[in-house]
Amino acid sequence: MERGKGSGRKWAVDLCDAVPSSASARDPIGFSRSTLDLEESTSGKQKKDNEATWKQQKAWEAAQAPFRNLFMMGFMMWMAGNTVHLFSIGITFSALWQPISALQGISKVFDPFKDARTDILLPKLLFIAMNFAALGLGLYKLNSLGLLPTHASDWVSSLPPPQAVEFSGGGLPLL
Amino acid sequence: MAHHRQSLNLQQQQQQLLLLLAFVFVLGFLTSSCHALYEDQVGVWDWHQQYIGRVKHAVFQTQGSGRKRVVVATEQNALASLNLRTGEIYWRHVLGESDPIDVLELASGKYVMTLSGGTNVRAWHLPDGVLIWEAAIPSSKGSNPPRLVALPVDIDYDKINDLLVLSGSVLTALSGQDGTTIWKVDISGKDVDIRDVIVATEELKAYGVGFIGDSGFTVIEIDLQAGTITDRKTAMTSETLSVTELLVSKQFAVALDSKGTHLVTVSINANGLTVLETALSSLSLNAVGLPKLLPTKLDGAISLALGDLTAIVAVDPTSGELRTVETLVGAVAVSDSLSVANSKHSVAIIQLLEGGHSQNTFSLHVHGEDWTEVVQKETVKLPSHRGHVQKVFLNAYLRTDRTHGFRALVVGEDDSLLLLQQGEIVWTREDELASIVDAKSAELPLERDGVSVAEVEHDLAEWLKGHFLKLKATLFLASADEIAAVQESRLNQADKTKLTRDHNGFRKLLLVLTKSGKLLALHTGDGRIVWSLLIPGFRAPHGGPQVCPEKLLLWQVPHQHAEERPEVLVLGKSCSTSDFPAVLSWVDAYKGIELHTMKLSYPVTHAFGLPLTDSSEQRLHLFVDDQAQAHLLPGSEESLDLFLKQKDNAYFYEVDRTKGIIEGYGIKGLVESSRQTSSEGYLFETEKLWSVVFPEETESIATVATRRPDEVVHTQAKVLGNREVLFKYLNKNMIFVATVTPKSVGLLGAASPEDSTVVAYLIDTVTGRILHRVTHPSMQGPVHAVLSENWVVYHYFNLRNHRYEMSVLETYDQSRVGDKGVMQLMLGRHNASAPLSSYSSSNVEVKGQSYFFTYTVKTLTVTTTARGITSKQLLLGTVTDQVLALDKRLLDPRRSATPTPSEREEGILPLTDAIPISPQGYLTNGYQVEGLRGILTIPARLESTCLVFAYGLDLFYTRTAPSRTYDSLTEDFSYALLLMTIVALLIAIAVTYVLAERKELAEKWK
Repeated sequence: MERGKGSGRKWAVDLCDAVPSSASARDPIGFSRSTLDLEESTSGKQKKDNEATWKQQKAWEAAQAPFRNLFMMGFMMWMAGNTVHLFSIGITFSALWQPISALQGISKVFDPFKDARTDILLPKLLFIAMNFAALGLGLYKLNSLGLLPTHASDWVSSLPPPQAVEFSGGGLPLL
Repeated sequence: MAHHRQSLNLQQQQQQLLLLLAFVFVLGFLTSSCHALYEDQVGVWDWHQQYIGRVKHAVFQTQGSGRKRVVVATEQNALASLNLRTGEIYWRHVLGESDPIDVLELASGKYVMTLSGGTNVRAWHLPDGVLIWEAAIPSSKGSNPPRLVALPVDIDYDKINDLLVLSGSVLTALSGQDGTTIWKVDISGKDVDIRDVIVATEELKAYGVGFIGDSGFTVIEIDLQAGTITDRKTAMTSETLSVTELLVSKQFAVALDSKGTHLVTVSINANGLTVLETALSSLSLNAVGLPKLLPTKLDGAISLALGDLTAIVAVDPTSGELRTVETLVGAVAVSDSLSVANSKHSVAIIQLLEGGHSQNTFSLHVHGEDWTEVVQKETVKLPSHRGHVQKVFLNAYLRTDRTHGFRALVVGEDDSLLLLQQGEIVWTREDELASIVDAKSAELPLERDGVSVAEVEHDLAEWLKGHFLKLKATLFLASADEIAAVQESRLNQADKTKLTRDHNGFRKLLLVLTKSGKLLALHTGDGRIVWSLLIPGFRAPHGGPQVCPEKLLLWQVPHQHAEERPEVLVLGKSCSTSDFPAVLSWVDAYKGIELHTMKLSYPVTHAFGLPLTDSSEQRLHLFVDDQAQAHLLPGSEESLDLFLKQKDNAYFYEVDRTKGIIEGYGIKGLVESSRQTSSEGYLFETEKLWSVVFPEETESIATVATRRPDEVVHTQAKVLGNREVLFKYLNKNMIFVATVTPKSVGLLGAASPEDSTVVAYLIDTVTGRILHRVTHPSMQGPVHAVLSENWVVYHYFNLRNHRYEMSVLETYDQSRVGDKGVMQLMLGRHNASAPLSSYSSSNVEVKGQSYFFTYTVKTLTVTTTARGITSKQLLLGTVTDQVLALDKRLLDPRRSATPTPSEREEGILPLTDAIPISPQGYLTNGYQVEGLRGILTIPARLESTCLVFAYGLDLFYTRTAPSRTYDSLTEDFSYALLLMTIVALLIAIAVTYVLAERKELAEKWK
């Protein structure tokens, strides 16, 4: 569990942590750190291979995650309809915001899989493509809501009335 | 951990829920604003004032045990009964425009008899003003003023005293019971011109007195019961008589001779008529110009005016000898004789005191039976804006010591009505406000630094208390007393009536110019008079109208320099022929002081402000005279320089209704000689550029509608539902002209549907180009129209369907942007902000549509707002004297029977054949603005709101928000509730926070 995240705690002690708090402290009686290390190193190679493929797999999974989101978003947009109101605007903006924030945090998504043996370029590209697709969907929705300035009316709607060159007064005589 | 998280979520959800609830709550309050008014909102921001107009007849009812009252008839054809103690109206009836009240009499102590136009006799019940009967007398020839005599006897034996009416030459006796004719007799004869009728009660005889030709008198004796002529007496005079005026009294009649040098008296005796001619000079009256007999009814005397002299001449009833008893100089008002106890008579004379000009002090003398005796002598000081006394009506009351005291009802020069008693003004009625000629609005001064709103309003505790009470009332928890207190505080908000500008721009001054030449400033908060000024430059030396006020122009409206005072210019025209045809008067709009005045040597046919102001923000004005020459004011070098730069773009046009022609003029050069006389304005030669002539046989000009010069339009583009753009054709110089078939002018049915047509034109007044013309066959006027932005709405009668119709025309400019793509618009490559010239080619598209409408319309106008963003409402003055607001969306030429979804989204209503009228649309609510003549709309600073001032005989003020008050909280918004909600939420947050902390701690210890 991440430490102190989201819980508003000021401090925490995690007793499950196996890392010795201090190297200088002696191991308890009957516990040998060296044997533990030895066991790990013997199965190390195979384990690392497994881990690499697992990481690769996870990276692809992470890259495809927006795809599921895409359908979800599309369905919600369809439900929201094409009239401008609180709900549809909220959905549209979240649809726009999600891919952008995802793209911003792309390094965070693929950070755990980053090592020499894992190829994360392709998953990254897929991830970007997926998010761009989501962004496109959001823009499409924005347009269908009429919030994109693609018409003449969006550019001239608040044009002030033209100045009149001539002036004319008069009317019925004051009699 | 999982528990922990759940509890956190729960807490957050609780908070969100609370927030949501609060939001919904507040939203609910925001949207509770309603178009119509609730009962308790009446009078919160609207006001209604009732007036009667300038009084011309008054009779008192002070005998008996009933409430003391005075019944008055006015020049605005109103008949009213007023409380004699306070001047309040008990009841009031306003007769039609063609129904002036000529005679007003009290009969039998409980009926008010009126005679209108010599043909309509009406009996009204005095206590409540109910019409008891109405009788129509066939109108007969003769233009003499008709007479009505309430007989003191009953001639048809129904125990109700009867009436005698002289109309033309026909004398009619009417039953006092129900107005049926008892008898009718034509007393005309060869050359006989009967002027008046007198009654001798004891002998049951009536006498008709009049002229024979222009050189004799005749008296016709009529038997009251039989209605037959029993005797005719005539007497010839040696002089030819002036037959304009004959003063008839019980025992004599007096007329002037045609040269105006002699008074001719005829005594009416049992044995015949004796004529006596007396030279005015022998009465030591030196005539200046033609003398004039005054129609004042005096007992045993007559009064006549000689120039600025008023003389009272006593007549000896037997011999007809004359004797001057009183000569009065200057502004004088003489009352009719009042008979008090013991058949004595009294007359009141009001005269301006010598040297009382500056003080406006008057002496009120009540003369007794003998003219030398003065029964009562008082000095009265009237406010200077009341001017001189024009009319006086005398009434007597019994003092505690059994002597008679007198009170006088006085009509001021400004048409106001005052009651004077014991040298004091008991009450005043501002009846000049019944005849408003023109109205404008002015801003109030800015709030000074020292005065804060809180000081004037209440302290915070009071404010909270008020809101708490309001909240209680909203939640139906308040007691009746508390509700009354809430209503009271709403009606008397202290900030409503302050004399400073407010943030929303609701507080303004309404400047109204009345027919009597008086300028008044009314406060929009409660309608009280802030200041009033009887414009000195318009007054005749002895009172009375010399200059008729015509127009009110905003001369100076300070924007930049807030310390500057706004100034208005009042334009008046000479009512009678005199050596100056027009007068200008500049008035300070804050103080109500005439700054200066100027008599113009030229008559003014048009006066309008130019879109130019000088450095002191004085607006440049053009005055056009009858020679179609233009005069520029102010006559300063600076204004001349400003104008010379713009001269080539200045035009004016004249509409001649009688000739059926519209002519346009351009400004040519400055007449150099006028530089010397620049105080009257710089004179410019003009040149006729164009004329539009309507065919005389088929079209006569019915209506001309122009745009308000100060109208603000927010944008020239109109965005449609499908996101396309239409460009409004916003030509400020476009006018709307409607013509009707000359035959169909006048009453309905004067022309058949086949040959009655209304033609509507849109004309550019710079070039004379007819932009659009549309013919409405089988239609008839009168046409009412209003022009605003790019549309015009007009109202007329459909002869074929026998219904009224309203039409709308909207103009769109097709050439404005053309087929420019979005990219070019994005880059600003369009000509839409280029100045619009009338000479440039334009492709104007006009869309139009017509609808049936239920009502006759008296006046038609449109709301205006500060920036022109808010949608518009049409304001109609209906025939029932109410103001009806119609949404402009109802009159949209793009309405169709089945609007597309995008059109629906745009707010286009499905087309219906008639304009629906919703009862909530009446801005006047339950009030009537009697005799409605005009509606003034003033933009508030708050964009959503427009102030509406309707005037006629009554005044009404309210405000309207065509798109609802989207930019402010409603007046009944409960701040206390909002405050309490916020406090409750804060407490809830604190409590849940503490609870959550505890729970979290408990989780951790598990």
